Amino acid sequence: MAYGTSVREHYQKDLEGIRDAGLFKEERYIHSVQAAEICVEFPAGAAPKQVINLCANNYLGLSSNPEVVEAARKGLERRGYGMSSVRFICGTQDIHRQLEKRLTAFLGTEDTLLFPSCMDANAGVFEALLTDKDVLIADRLVHASIVDGMRLSKAMQDTFKHSDLGHLEEKLQEHQDKRFRMVVTDGVFSMDGDIAKLDGIVALAEKYDAMVCVDDSHATGFIGKTGRGTHEHCGVVGKIDVITTTLGKAMGGASGGCVSGRKELVELCRQRARPYLFSNTVAPVIVAGALKVMELLCASTDLRDKLEWNASYWRKLLAEAGFDIKAGESPIVPVMLYNAKLAQDVARDLFAEGIYVVGFFFPVVAKGQARIRTQLSAAHEKQHLDRAIEAFKKVGKKYDILGKGKNELIQQYGL
Amino acid sequence: MDDLEQVILAYVKREYIEDGDDREVTATTPLISGGIVDSFSMVSLKRFLERKYEIQIPDADATTAAFDSVKSIAALVGRFREIHA
Repeated sequence: MAYGTSVREHYQKDLEGIRDAGLFKEERYIHSVQAAEICVEFPAGAAPKQVINLCANNYLGLSSNPEVVEAARKGLERRGYGMSSVRFICGTQDIHRQLEKRLTAFLGTEDTLLFPSCMDANAGVFEALLTDKDVLIADRLVHASIVDGMRLSKAMQDTFKHSDLGHLEEKLQEHQDKRFRMVVTDGVFSMDGDIAKLDGIVALAEKYDAMVCVDDSHATGFIGKTGRGTHEHCGVVGKIDVITTTLGKAMGGASGGCVSGRKELVELCRQRARPYLFSNTVAPVIVAGALKVMELLCASTDLRDKLEWNASYWRKLLAEAGFDIKAGESPIVPVMLYNAKLAQDVARDLFAEGIYVVGFFFPVVAKGQARIRTQLSAAHEKQHLDRAIEAFKKVGKKYDILGKGKNELIQQYGL
Repeated sequence: MDDLEQVILAYVKREYIEDGDDREVTATTPLISGGIVDSFSMVSLKRFLERKYEIQIPDADATTAAFDSVKSIAALVGRFREIHA
């Protein structure tokens, strides 16, 4: 079919619908490296502006770490730019396997398989491991890539209320007739910043003979005393059957992901997972950088310790200023506003004050749960956070939202 | 509200309303467009209906519109109960 007028108009209307719903996403062009302070062109064509970045997944500040950059540069020289092949034909270098072994040791698992991204890992893992005789039981707030991955598998799908172990137990009881059960959860939930009750989930999985799969993308490298992830934080290292995670956040932030876990499950992914089989893997330059990241994280916990301090300090500043924040321990700190327009207005005004944050609202979060999601980094210094809170207070006063809880904010601005 | 709607409403409240959520849900409350149920978690509702009423609801009929209120779900179930009767 030619791309005729009627087809073009159809897609133009689709785009208008997205705009009319207030859901049109616009990129902001960054004229600097990723860091605590970045230079942002927004709107397009405006003079680039220096702002404090409170919305990156650059948790450990490694995105532009000089040692990582240098290791990547050497990797580029020694192993070249690309592989021009999928892994199982001629796309696997020695450093790919080295990185898999380092990740296995770091995560405390049996084996690891790299994927182009964690999105790809989640897209491939369930179809590779489960059939229509099995059931996947997921927390209702898991990441969209898990939802997509579950839909690609033939296993029955079910869900349990967010972090509700009683509801999970009901579901495990209900599905005892299945061959295999797999409980699926995020380690740290990306929108609320809360941590999964993995110890309770593992106990239920043992009781009801289920496997456990955790997407630890917002945890690997910094959650837990030595940054191994949510399983370390919850005291269940070695008891998680499948961990999927990313190199695209704390671990240097370039790209790449993996499936790590029981060796048979990882090997089956190597044999069957379609995003692994039919796509190039992580480029050599990124593998070289990631190996340096692993070296840094195994040598010292300084970065995750600093991040933990920053998150705690930022939570204290926001609470003292009178913002309604979601309680938690992670470096994801949502400032609750409930009303979608208010979240967008506050984010816009904060940008004008030199603070880069993003408002999130339905359908990204539940209706009536609009918020500004702030994310801390080990790259932030105390002075960044002190400057940021002054801007938050100024904007908070303008909208008269300081010291107000959920009900008062909803009464004032509606849902 | 008839018996069928009451059974479905009770399930929706038990399955989808979180503890501490004081939203009132009635037979006409928008479930999917109202953000109470999403297409991901809708699967358990469909399975509950199929088991409870011994019917098969084809995916083509299990639309978000058909599942958007207890009333519309009850109408859908009623239709398939007649077909399977």
